[in-house]
Amino acid sequence: MSGSTRNKFGFTVNRSRLIDYDSSDRLVREYITSREPSFRLCFACGGCTAACTAGHHAPFNLRRMNTLIRRGEIDPLRDEVTRCMLCGKCLLVCPRGVNTRNVVLLAAEAIRKLDRNEL
Amino acid sequence: MSVASKHVVVAGGGVAGMEAAGALAELGHRVTLIEKEQKPGGHLKQWHALFPDRRPADEVRKYLSRRIDNRNIRLFTGVGVDKIRKEGHELCIELSDGSELTADAAIIATGFDLFDAHRKEEYGYGIYDNVITSAELEDMFNTGKITTADGRTPSRIGLIHCVGSRDEKVNNNHCSKVCCVTAVKQAIEVRQKLPGCEVFCFYMDMRMYGPYYEELYRESQEQHNVNYIRGKVSEASVNIDNRLVIKVEDTLAGRPLRMELDMLVLMVGMEMSKAGTRLAEASGLDRGINRFLETGDHHYGNNISHLKGLFYAGTCTAPMNITDTISHARAAVAEAVRYLNTR
Repeated sequence: MSGSTRNKFGFTVNRSRLIDYDSSDRLVREYITSREPSFRLCFACGGCTAACTAGHHAPFNLRRMNTLIRRGEIDPLRDEVTRCMLCGKCLLVCPRGVNTRNVVLLAAEAIRKLDRNEL
Repeated sequence: MSVASKHVVVAGGGVAGMEAAGALAELGHRVTLIEKEQKPGGHLKQWHALFPDRRPADEVRKYLSRRIDNRNIRLFTGVGVDKIRKEGHELCIELSDGSELTADAAIIATGFDLFDAHRKEEYGYGIYDNVITSAELEDMFNTGKITTADGRTPSRIGLIHCVGSRDEKVNNNHCSKVCCVTAVKQAIEVRQKLPGCEVFCFYMDMRMYGPYYEELYRESQEQHNVNYIRGKVSEASVNIDNRLVIKVEDTLAGRPLRMELDMLVLMVGMEMSKAGTRLAEASGLDRGINRFLETGDHHYGNNISHLKGLFYAGTCTAPMNITDTISHARAAVAEAVRYLNTR
């Protein structure tokens, strides 16, 4: 459908890359933070992402995911969050003691609920 | 102590000057402490609470008042120091009222000026009512009322780090050191006084260099839910509802971000003071590329000027916090006393 539109008119409409904090949806953040308060403590060092085996083979970046969840940007994460293999190596390296494994589990759970309008 | 009493002039009655005067008087020297304002105390006079422990600033003010309550100290207020020159073994201190003092040694403690936020036009200070400086937020803490210009309680406040610091556009490449931790402190205070108000800090780096600063940063996230966004705000404007709108790149997400705010606080940095600049120029004192006074040696002589008998204390040499300022003033006194004893 979008392909034929592109062919017909010769242009596409790009979605804005802007994060509009006032229109973004922060339900997932609240869901995670209320159940795993250590989520707030991430200061984006990237230790989790460096240690992550899944991230070496697939697009999965926990550091970036944490930031996007906090800004209410959920759409880019739907596929990404399923790539974690829950090995827990990120947990071992986190200098702020974030329960990263639980954050991933809760993020997947919250997104599932969000899509079913259960949040 | 067998030291004969000497006369030392201290230029500037802020934290460094008061501590230096007190320490010299304690050692038996006669001190003339000169403050250009009507009261000593410097910038500390307007501060409500201090980082990292949020103790009342009044406690340190009282300590410094006791420190200069000494019969060896003469306090001149409402008069500045125009020029210092060497005459033989002595220093001649020219004052702004036209009088002149002779001293065996002198300490310059003329401190810093806060960066004038008007110079970062893109943040709209002086244009939009709800763009204020960190010093003005501190005034609000003093009065106990944190409100927007039209008297409403803000529901979202943003704090911009590095306003006038680390910024070639305003000719300040230096870091002012204390603004990061001041932002963390003020963010916590806002969250405590207005629990319904979201607080966002926009930072380039979090420079938590002092003892218990990093712990305070962690506390702000863990217990007070302060939000941090890494990125330098590029501009502020207002929308049709007269609410502030800021543009920033969320550099950790790698995407631009916009956000509405009720109040924007600019964390203004430290610059060499205008009074200190005039004194340095009139007296022929060297200054560094950051425009602060250049010391004899950055590692082991940072109280020393190139004029024998003249010493530096505090933020006239570089941005520093109160703890370091007091230590630096004591070190200046040690250097001055060594000079007086050996000449």
